[in-house]
Amino acid sequence: MSEELVRLKIDDIDIRVPKGTKVVDAAKRAGIDIPVFCHHPKIEAVGMCRMCLVEIGTPKRDRSTGEKVLDEGGQPQIEFWPKLETSCTTPVSEGMVVKVSSDKAKEGRKQILEFLLTSHPLDCPICDKGGECSLQDLTMGHGSGESHFLLDDKKHQDKHVQLGDLIVLDRERCVQCARCIRFQKEVAGDPVLAFAERGRDIEIVTFSDPGFDSYFSGNTTDICPVGALTTVDFRFGARSWEMGAIASICTHCPVGCNLMLNTRREASANGRHVIKRVMPRQNERVNEIWICDKGRFAHHFATSDERLTKPLVRIDGKLVKTSWKKALEHAAEGLKAAGEGVVGLASGRVSNEDLFSFHTLLKSLGGRAILSDPQAGGELVQQVGVGQGTDLGALGAGDAILVIASDLHEEAPIWWQRVIGAAKRGATLVVANARKTRLDEYAGHIVRYRYQEAARTGLGLLQAITGAKDLLKFAGDEPLKSAAKALTEAENLVIFCGVEGLTYAESKSLSEACAAILVETKNVGRAQNGLIAVWPKGNTQGAWDMGLRPAEGGLENALAEAKAVYIMAVDPVGDDPDLAESFSGDRFLVVQDLFMTPTAEFADVVFPAESFVEREGTFTSGERRVQRFYPAVKALGEAKADWRIITSLAAGLDIELEDSSAAAVFLRIAEETEAYAEKSYQSLAEFVEQWPPVGEEDLYFGGTTFKNRQGLGVQLAPTAEKDRSIKIQWSAPPEFKGKKGYLLVPVVELYNRGATVMPSEILYSRLASPVLRMSLKDAKSIGIIQGVQVELLIDGRSEELQAIAEEGIPEGVVLLGRGLGVPIAEPQYVEVRLKA
Amino acid sequence: MPEHILLRHRDIPEIADLDVYLKHDGFKAFEDVVTNQAPERVIETVKTANLRGRGGAGFPAGVKWSFLTPGVFPRYVVANADESEPGTFKDREIMEGNPYQFLEGVAICSYAAQANTAYIYCRGEFWDLAHELEDKIEALHKHGLLGEGLFDTEYSLRIYVHLGAGAYICGEETALLSSMEGELGQPRLRPPFPAAEGLFAKPTVVNNVETLTNLPPIINQGADWYRSIGTEKSTGPKIFSLSGHVERPGNYELPFGTTFRELIFEHGGGIRDGKAIKGILPAGASAPLLPATDEVLDTPMDYESVPKVGSQLGSASIIVLDETVDIAWMSYKTTSFFKHESCGKCAPCREGTYWMYHILNRIQNGNGAPEDIDLLNRVALGIQGKCFCALGEFSITPVVAGIEHFRSDFEALTGDGK
Repeated sequence: MSEELVRLKIDDIDIRVPKGTKVVDAAKRAGIDIPVFCHHPKIEAVGMCRMCLVEIGTPKRDRSTGEKVLDEGGQPQIEFWPKLETSCTTPVSEGMVVKVSSDKAKEGRKQILEFLLTSHPLDCPICDKGGECSLQDLTMGHGSGESHFLLDDKKHQDKHVQLGDLIVLDRERCVQCARCIRFQKEVAGDPVLAFAERGRDIEIVTFSDPGFDSYFSGNTTDICPVGALTTVDFRFGARSWEMGAIASICTHCPVGCNLMLNTRREASANGRHVIKRVMPRQNERVNEIWICDKGRFAHHFATSDERLTKPLVRIDGKLVKTSWKKALEHAAEGLKAAGEGVVGLASGRVSNEDLFSFHTLLKSLGGRAILSDPQAGGELVQQVGVGQGTDLGALGAGDAILVIASDLHEEAPIWWQRVIGAAKRGATLVVANARKTRLDEYAGHIVRYRYQEAARTGLGLLQAITGAKDLLKFAGDEPLKSAAKALTEAENLVIFCGVEGLTYAESKSLSEACAAILVETKNVGRAQNGLIAVWPKGNTQGAWDMGLRPAEGGLENALAEAKAVYIMAVDPVGDDPDLAESFSGDRFLVVQDLFMTPTAEFADVVFPAESFVEREGTFTSGERRVQRFYPAVKALGEAKADWRIITSLAAGLDIELEDSSAAAVFLRIAEETEAYAEKSYQSLAEFVEQWPPVGEEDLYFGGTTFKNRQGLGVQLAPTAEKDRSIKIQWSAPPEFKGKKGYLLVPVVELYNRGATVMPSEILYSRLASPVLRMSLKDAKSIGIIQGVQVELLIDGRSEELQAIAEEGIPEGVVLLGRGLGVPIAEPQYVEVRLKA
Repeated sequence: MPEHILLRHRDIPEIADLDVYLKHDGFKAFEDVVTNQAPERVIETVKTANLRGRGGAGFPAGVKWSFLTPGVFPRYVVANADESEPGTFKDREIMEGNPYQFLEGVAICSYAAQANTAYIYCRGEFWDLAHELEDKIEALHKHGLLGEGLFDTEYSLRIYVHLGAGAYICGEETALLSSMEGELGQPRLRPPFPAAEGLFAKPTVVNNVETLTNLPPIINQGADWYRSIGTEKSTGPKIFSLSGHVERPGNYELPFGTTFRELIFEHGGGIRDGKAIKGILPAGASAPLLPATDEVLDTPMDYESVPKVGSQLGSASIIVLDETVDIAWMSYKTTSFFKHESCGKCAPCREGTYWMYHILNRIQNGNGAPEDIDLLNRVALGIQGKCFCALGEFSITPVVAGIEHFRSDFEALTGDGK
């Protein structure tokens, strides 16, 4: 939108708004509510509900001279347009006069409401939207209070239409505003909804198989102005006014979407508070007003009955329930005996406070704290991560985005949505991957490499950009060169660096190449520029910031040296059954987790940890925004926050750790971690007013997404903001010797079968299947017919799987989703053969 | 009776054969413009002739063409053959009887618009006709009158026939374009107008079949000749589709400005069975009903005169109602039509036509109460001026004008004496 301002008058208020603003939005900025159903500030206007009718006048002009005609007082004479106009489709113009509150305008809107209500069932007492319904609110505010319609003439329609497995449509309640259709098309990039039929028979339908096939479907229930779209998770679950609202942060991926947890005390839960639904909370820099369906629906793990509720110790070879005191004593004894031979292993699923305490404890013991997420580059993000004030929602023409070795749609859906938004606004999108992903259709440049050549491709781009001679052996072909040119020419450049198909060593080399590209093109140290690592866990960057590092020589080697192992929020045995041997000896093992994992089965002591909904803390997103989450429900059983378990354990080891509160732990983080200096729970809780306004009295405007009053978090400054002379040293990727068989590459599926997904039964029908995907040519040569069972020989193990052929998969490669029951740590060569 | 300009098959029965059409100066105009005239000159000629759109709005075709965004290509021409207005059947007769003159018109328009692709959007019910048109287009290709490098110039043109699915709203040009793009047939916001962003978001001309059929004679005989026909502001010949209670219903090609009386009583042979005339629907279902007063009967049928007596000429589908017609019934029938054809996009049309239909249905079945007449009028006025497109605005005209001029017909069905 141009910066040029236009002056106009709405009712009695004079305002100036940017040229191109629609009258309805200008009025909103002036504090005047014009009711709408179809208009939404994040979607293109269509003007179909006709609710926003106003009187509009413009300065009268002399037909011959084009000059404004003045009245007796020397003021421009205003000529009102003959009909009421839709304020959502009319752009402002200089000198315009808008009458929102005139009798004519009010009468027009009253009439529209009466029309809309003639086919609405008025079943508010049993409607989930009751209490937060735009139609209810606007009828109270603008309706006539009576209908002239004979109610038995009302058209009755289906009230329970399963649009997909997650969303239910009540056709009677629908006011045909098309917000859902347009959201899916314009914002989500999944145009799977449409109108069918016409006139009063018009109805919303889905034409995808499975129905409403989109990772963003839940958002349509937030912007639906009536109770037509409801989620299976919340339908008939509670009334909106019965629930408390507690701010939180999604833990499923590194985007860090802001959430609001709606809770209610329930008799069926013995009077405990339970989470009734997960809602988006506005943060325009992070998730805007959206969340993905995983964030919305895969929350049941946090309150699952399968959770650990009591500490366990191993007595006579069996894990038995015990008291915290005994469990802590036993754990302390075991760790003490190990001396400096303690190895800690934790994932980025837990908070900064947990990871900081964990790291401090391990350091005090003389041991080492290992990050289990096998991806490199955390320290590079600290140096050249995106600058403070970065807003992916503002990237557009003249900017570029490189996404390499990542399937953003599966790994970080909201980033995917924001990246395609940037591409639609004109940003040049470069997608580099070994296979076709959904992002390709938005790409200006597609760089296709072979698996095991991702890092070489990164260095090839660097070579094309710098022309450096020592990089010549990585020089690439023409598509790569033209992609590199696009990156060089961009005003702003953001790089998303993933780990698909990469070993740790490759990941290190690739992230260095990406960082070096940013430095060489001078796209570091300022907003809208920098490196984003597509981490496997929500707080992996936080773990790096707290000092944890992956085991460069591999987990197995690191564990081999350990006398005792302390594990937090990670299940190495579940991820890689080969590691079972590392724990099966008499090595002392302490595990703290939500669930009884395969690793915990080997433990000497098991501590029950609180889930993120039961405690407070902070997470650091992939864009390095530190954000707070708050306790929403009471701890399950005797579970405790991870950092509390650690500090209690430390006390038994005569190590003093900050244990008064999570806030106090964070202050220690701020003291000891430069990037976090001067940050506090207070500063993270600061917020400013955001556009569009949501979640207040005017739900009709932006929907039921919650307004953010709990804090927008703080984006940390990368080192490059202070030190412009930063240099990045690249390293050559490992050479891969030709091996036999197919290269099995683990890929990320959003709905995997991991411990944080499985407890959400509503997602069962949408879970990814453990299916081996391969190229058409390979399938043919093996003799595979679509969907046939095959045998996969992997490290001497044999797995029986279904195999399918798919376009866009390179030859010699088979893909298998992570977390689907067949553990694969990193790419490896396997045999695939038809089941005998 | 002078020779027909548009319905030439009435004078030359075999003109639907390409050889016959060519013998009668067929495609002379197209060859002339492609080989001798700049596109701008063609547009200028059409502007001078003041050829006005025959689809109903009467907008000058040449002016419409000159709105095409300069420098943006490809451009498209779409012939609107979604002839759906109740009582309108002129385009069909043109395409069946004199198809090559229409196709030549499409070709001339395409050249003027610098489009290399034109589409004919036929209503779904024109299935047979659409296939015949495809055969005619094929014949033109064989004769080198369509295709690449026409008349040894660089100009090329292809014409395709597209069948709609039978929706009245697709006669509205933006709904027509949505339908062609594979979307639901619903009108879209203007601006942008089709001349700026039309089919596939490219500059597009959409013109009615009859409008385009006027082009070959305008090119051949000149703008001045054309202006000598009709009235000063409504120039040229017009096909009036006459139907209802007349002795000789049918299409009549007459100059603009012919009076209702002349059409109905001279050409149409008067009212059937010697009955008295009660009212006239001058534009099918889409304009207010006129009571058949002497003032109305003596009104010239052109774009300027009909509004003066309270209605519109529209596409000139003249439906004559005799004294036996119950206007409440007529309102019921037309409202049924609009309720059925409302696309459902905007609330007042979608809900309002449904509501009006239910009230009229009740009245028609003898279940109406006296207050239903005012309620009906209130609902109609509630729709007025609030709709997304003209369909909703049209939908109220039979009701509002019916109650205004013939309230007693409604009262007879709802009063105590029913």
